[in-house]
Amino acid sequence: MSDFLRNILRLAFFILVQVYVLNKIPHLHRFITPYIYYLFILWLPFSVSRFWLLVIGFIAGVILDYFMMTPGLHAAACVLVAYARPFLIGILTPKDSSEFNYREPSPRAMQWTPYAVYVFVLTLLHHGYMVFLEWLDFGSFLGFFIKVIATTGISLLLIFTAELLFPRRLKFRTNTA
Amino acid sequence: MRNIFLFIRRYITFFTFLLLQVVALWFLFTYNRFHRARFLGFANEVTGRINSQYNQVEDYFTLKEENRRVHRLNDSLLNLLPRNYMHRDSSMKMIQDSVPYDTLGNYRRYFTRPATVVYSTVNAQKNYIQINRGSAQGIKDNMAVVGSDGSAVGVVVNVSSNFSQVMSLLHVQNSVSASLKRSGDFGTAEWDGKDPRFLLLRRIPKSVEVKKGDTVLTSSVSFNFPPGYMIGTIEDIQLDNTTGMYVLKLKTSANFNNLQQVHVIENIERDEQVKLFEETKKKIEQAKKSPR
Repeated sequence: MSDFLRNILRLAFFILVQVYVLNKIPHLHRFITPYIYYLFILWLPFSVSRFWLLVIGFIAGVILDYFMMTPGLHAAACVLVAYARPFLIGILTPKDSSEFNYREPSPRAMQWTPYAVYVFVLTLLHHGYMVFLEWLDFGSFLGFFIKVIATTGISLLLIFTAELLFPRRLKFRTNTA
Repeated sequence: MRNIFLFIRRYITFFTFLLLQVVALWFLFTYNRFHRARFLGFANEVTGRINSQYNQVEDYFTLKEENRRVHRLNDSLLNLLPRNYMHRDSSMKMIQDSVPYDTLGNYRRYFTRPATVVYSTVNAQKNYIQINRGSAQGIKDNMAVVGSDGSAVGVVVNVSSNFSQVMSLLHVQNSVSASLKRSGDFGTAEWDGKDPRFLLLRRIPKSVEVKKGDTVLTSSVSFNFPPGYMIGTIEDIQLDNTTGMYVLKLKTSANFNNLQQVHVIENIERDEQVKLFEETKKKIEQAKKSPR
């Protein structure tokens, strides 16, 4: 399966899970809505250029926005995540290896600790920015703070569960590929 | 000039980032200001179709409870209206030359259409409900929506040809005129965005006698809602000392978690009422400017 097709399917799957499972389950608490769809952006291949990352992030966010009836909210957060991604990858991967051995970010490609930091920072950015925009015209600072922490916690839990349950079979990249 | 192009080319990613952010924020803020987005009209059709497919599956799980509720409502309606004045066919349209008077000469003021909920949330600060009727079935903005057991649910805010978007009572910008059933005093029901089980009822003066468990209905002075539909019951009473008004916590009578069937109620004379209201306002303002 080509990378292109695989990522299209992945986007559709994540959006459907987000809209029909995670937004539908009885809420644990008013602060906690689990989010997982932006994992699509974290999993995009290394080879995507920074410009296209932004465009793809924007499109993914807008599609979710259409379902959630909040135009622009998720799109803004996704664009921020897509913008910050290359910087984080640059910091967290060893400088001396100029080529990546795997196609896309995963615990195997980056080692567990750098991958965990990568996911944590982008999750915090996504939720922080999104909740900030959502509460801009409404809400108190303490509520804002608790909501960011709680949603980040539950999303991280979901993402790492997903990583452990469904390890992606990634081809080792060789010269012939 | 050349330097400017080089500069732009060098920071193309950053500029794209800024541009996309501005576009996203523009979507967000224009939507908030006008409570709607024109550009959602088309997307509404697409997501609406996917939602209704999903809903067909989901319906099976709640059919039993829904049937019981529909049956109960139908029963009470039959008691209220021995002549079955209201059609329940989902394909109906109101035709102007049908008899607008009943046998006693009363003019019809409210007209009801049934609809099915295809998507709804309760987790957000701004919750919307999507229903499977749109402008092609005669739905217009500002129509009231009540649940299948007759409890107030929200107001239509955006319409595409086959679906419409309803601003739920669980929306921080929502405010519905309400009245206490016992004393008839008017207040405003709002939501503070905290708990989807409770609304707030404001602007009831402290001279009014209020008890826990009192019923709160839609008021007779609302342009959207017909009077007498239940909003909720009083759960907690607090007094705001700065204004001398109560802040009453209401338990909603509609269960927003499992809405399935709703009724969309049209106030046929709404346009006339609003026009009169606006014209009066204008007249008085002008009179103030030019003293007699």
